[in-house]
Amino acid sequence: MRELLEGSMAVAKIVQLCKPGVVSAYPITPQTHIVEELAQIVADGHLDAQFVNVESEHSAASVVLGASAAGVRSYTATSSQGLLLMAEVVFNIAGMRLPVVMTTAVRSISAPINIWNDHQDAVSLRDAGWIQLHAEDIQEAVDLHLIAYKLAENKSIMLPVMVCMDGFLLTHGMETVNIPTQEEVDKFLPPYKAPYKLDVENPMTLGPLVDPESYMEARYALNETHKEALEFIPKLAADFSKAFGRTYNGLIEGYQLKDAERVIVAMGSTCGTIKEVVDELRKKGKKVGLLKVTCLRPFPANAIYEALKSIPKVAVVDRALSVGSFAPLLADIKAAFFGKAKRPKTISSFILGLGGRDITKDSIKEIFRLMVVKERQGEFIDLKPELLKDNYEDTL
Amino acid sequence: MKTLFNSGHTACAGCGQSMAARLVIDAAGPNTIICNNTGCLEVFSTKYPETSWGVPFLHSLFENCAATASGVESALKYLGKAETVNVIAQAGDGGTADIGLQALSGMLERGHNILYVCYDNEAYMNTGIQRSGLTPFDSNTTTSPIGPKSTGNIRPKKPMPEIVNAHGIPYVATASCAFPLDIQRKVKKAMSIKGPKYIQIHVPCPLGWRHESSLTVSVAKLAVETGLYPLIEYENGVLAAKRQITLKPVEEYLKVQGRFKHLLKNPDELKKIQGIADSNINKYGLKVSVATA
Repeated sequence: MRELLEGSMAVAKIVQLCKPGVVSAYPITPQTHIVEELAQIVADGHLDAQFVNVESEHSAASVVLGASAAGVRSYTATSSQGLLLMAEVVFNIAGMRLPVVMTTAVRSISAPINIWNDHQDAVSLRDAGWIQLHAEDIQEAVDLHLIAYKLAENKSIMLPVMVCMDGFLLTHGMETVNIPTQEEVDKFLPPYKAPYKLDVENPMTLGPLVDPESYMEARYALNETHKEALEFIPKLAADFSKAFGRTYNGLIEGYQLKDAERVIVAMGSTCGTIKEVVDELRKKGKKVGLLKVTCLRPFPANAIYEALKSIPKVAVVDRALSVGSFAPLLADIKAAFFGKAKRPKTISSFILGLGGRDITKDSIKEIFRLMVVKERQGEFIDLKPELLKDNYEDTL
Repeated sequence: MKTLFNSGHTACAGCGQSMAARLVIDAAGPNTIICNNTGCLEVFSTKYPETSWGVPFLHSLFENCAATASGVESALKYLGKAETVNVIAQAGDGGTADIGLQALSGMLERGHNILYVCYDNEAYMNTGIQRSGLTPFDSNTTTSPIGPKSTGNIRPKKPMPEIVNAHGIPYVATASCAFPLDIQRKVKKAMSIKGPKYIQIHVPCPLGWRHESSLTVSVAKLAVETGLYPLIEYENGVLAAKRQITLKPVEEYLKVQGRFKHLLKNPDELKKIQGIADSNINKYGLKVSVATA
């Protein structure tokens, strides 16, 4: 059914349809609307679930860890500092191979404290072992949650999945979205049957001490499963397309790449703005395009290589920093061309939209302009010169 | 004897915690799921690919067993098994009174049907005898060492039973591995009560306390008999029971342990520790009126 919904309401709705038995969360802006709505859905008796109000994100993640270990489908959501507070548990859930699904309302990290959108929180946890999917719009956020549960609970995957949606821009934005029926969801996502769980009929120890004799093999297996997920995700996305009629690749999405001379690589809602700019510039005869990265982990290096190998000029847009080094997405994209026969002549790096700084069509046009001249290295877009140190001191 | 906590683990000789852990799970029975914090107990009983546990056992992190247990208990409610399966969260003193206190408080406040067991060996033993919030006054540990300007740990034990009791939960008890039947009675009693329960068990650590490993039970007994480790029960917030004792001076307890050796020639400090015992004795009414205990 097509409905005009706020992003958070749409996510709460799809989570309801996925029927988690345990939901646990701690409030943090801009995740709150999602969990408030789920609390109401449970209070109204529309979802048979235990809603556990906890005293911190660390415990929210620990509650869903415990519930998942007991064999029950579980859900949590967080953002920013909350994700960092639960970071220890986030790594633990992946290492224990528990198929938790979490929404991250992607937000900046303090200091300075700032509640607005960029990608620093989720991107900082890219090494945690979770599959990490980034939504461009509300419809994709809805669909990725359904895909996430099916992916997480696949017997050969058994990994947690984080669905990232830009804080405020998607969580608080309104969009007309298709929400599937319960029947459609049930058909796509059968009830969860845990291959291992805490069960008094068949006692097992989960989370044992593993010494140097076996630790590497456990971590190797985790890494190997991420490689398998790279093969599995496009197949799952194809199944989803067949069932619901909306087409996804699951890993990446190319937009006007065919004859493109200049391509921006980006994640999340910025891709919508870039598509508009691409359309405008195409009308003027400029051969520009976009490569959207949906799946940050596992990193689809081969798919990205194939998509970009013949593009002369590429610019990677990062909305997070790896302070003191190359921007995170840029580093991954560059690594995808390491040792390969073909590569773009230039792969420029731009930083923009930190802490909710608006990304306008002009910001994107500026990137398309700057990437032509020479390879740019971590260039910030839309900085205010009057607030920078040198200029600021002049005014004292 | 059939037990749910099997031998073959790697606890030190004379480990009070391993004794108490076996007594707890055997009293709770096979329909029990355990959520355990990181610490000695988890390390010595679950080294892959072996486990001592005959019940489902979940170890996640150092400070979150109260929260993982909350998740397990919620899952059991969802599955309709909450009435038939018990949940125990268990941790050491540091994992309970320090780093895990917030998660424990949340678990108690939410009213989960969980028994939380704190194995109190009075320091971070797994990392090598660093002081915790439950380390006693003047104890010599690696992070509260004695020296010309130090007589050991600067503060008395955090009053965990009272902190927990202040949450308004139905049952709080302390126990000691010197009184095994008392531990099992308290576990069984806790299991018969719905809601959050807390039992804190005094478990000597020969390595950390520096006493002979054969003396574990007698050292634990002296802690009770001197009034330094009162055995009490709170039911619905009210002190409902206490083990009364024929008093012994605190020196008898202190002198058998290396961690207190430096106090024996320090009458001022001994007086302070006797003061802690006396305060417990008065507070809980531990002194027997007739000498027939």
